[in-house]
Amino acid sequence: MKQAEIVIIGGGPAGLCAALSAAKSGSNVLIIDKNKNLGGQLIKQTHMFFGSEKQYASKRGIDIPEILIDELFKYKENVEIKTEATAVGMYEDGIITVLEKEDNYYKIEPKAVIVATGAYEKFLSFPNNDLPGIYGAGAVQTLMNVYGVKPGNKVLMVGAGNIGLIVSYQLMQAGVEVKAILDAAPKIGGYLVHASKIRRMGVPILTSHTVKEAIGNEFLEKVVISEVDEKFNRIKGTEMIFDVDVMCISVGLTPLNELLALRGCEMKYIPQLSGIVPVRNENYETTVENVFVAGDATGVEEASAAMVEGFLAGLCAAAKIGYKPDDFIDRKNDYIKQLNNLRSGPAGKHILAGIEQIGR
Amino acid sequence: MRIEEHPILKFNKGKMIKFVFDGQEMEGYEGETIAAALHAAGVKVLGKSLFLHRPRGFYCAIGNCSSCLMTVNGVANVKTCVTDLEEGMIVEIQEGRGVIV
Repeated sequence: MKQAEIVIIGGGPAGLCAALSAAKSGSNVLIIDKNKNLGGQLIKQTHMFFGSEKQYASKRGIDIPEILIDELFKYKENVEIKTEATAVGMYEDGIITVLEKEDNYYKIEPKAVIVATGAYEKFLSFPNNDLPGIYGAGAVQTLMNVYGVKPGNKVLMVGAGNIGLIVSYQLMQAGVEVKAILDAAPKIGGYLVHASKIRRMGVPILTSHTVKEAIGNEFLEKVVISEVDEKFNRIKGTEMIFDVDVMCISVGLTPLNELLALRGCEMKYIPQLSGIVPVRNENYETTVENVFVAGDATGVEEASAAMVEGFLAGLCAAAKIGYKPDDFIDRKNDYIKQLNNLRSGPAGKHILAGIEQIGR
Repeated sequence: MRIEEHPILKFNKGKMIKFVFDGQEMEGYEGETIAAALHAAGVKVLGKSLFLHRPRGFYCAIGNCSSCLMTVNGVANVKTCVTDLEEGMIVEIQEGRGVIV
């Protein structure tokens, strides 16, 4: 059995910042990540981030992991990194089981753990939704921005939130035609600055529209859409057909946090946070002592919020096991202030209403 | 279907390597995943569903959804969207659950 001080599960924006914060306080940290490289989904975000300088605003997502990893290197005596290692279980006795590569299975006994496992893409129900050519928007982003492969020639984007808008723009940057963006909601969910950019490029954004069905034999060939009324019922006679070989589904993400449920943390369904999330206190500690959470696993937000949550959870987890720095209060207040600033917009209101329901 | 020019990104492709997909010789780059190489070569159907045998492609491309499982070098249920392509790999569409032992 391997012993560890703080184990961080997931090396994306939240996990890397948690590691950095805890290591800075003097704790030893062990990062476990199932991927080959650290950075989580930042590695495909070619757009510049919003927020403030502290959350690396105006930097492109793809450049942030390197900055964080370089920073982490300053504490290299305190940091151990395991990539291609999946945390497959976390049990009531506190033990974490890990499968590294294909056949190296071992147990870790940590003093504290920070779960920063992120989120996964939601799906949409309609006939033939399983045809190849229908992909998550994030999947298309990975294919294009990490591997340089086009998903197809003509795309219909479903969902006009920030991901749908940003990925549409990135598809055009890759030389792929975007036929239209649709959204069942009567209003565009994403930032207007992104939406305007898309519209200027001649792509229509069809609000109050949904997918009726996908058509194709072996893979997607056509999509039938229709308008919906204010109760989201389809309006007959409003159907339109698009000849596309790709349909991107961008209808939101949902927290990926089964490990916390397995560990026995109290979980709660909170729609504003996009799914089932752990009950936690303001230190991001769950109902199980020394089990912390950060990032999308605690409610879906943007990467900038995930990073600050990571810093906060890392600071608090380290303090909890005996590494309380002199400037603990200052650092904590700074992180809380940053989170409040990030949540001060209209989308933030929604998030805050969700967070109110998970307070311990 | 590879991106030739990109305003922001430069793709540092590895060496071109050969692999076999359902008996057909194909090429892909070292450092990319099996699913990416197949998609670049125009292969979208990676498997068949268990009962209705409907075509399956990838969905999430980050190893979460299990829609891209294939048999690779005789091993069933390999997540091809997160498994790197290697020289001489034998990649096959899997029928049913796949034989594990």
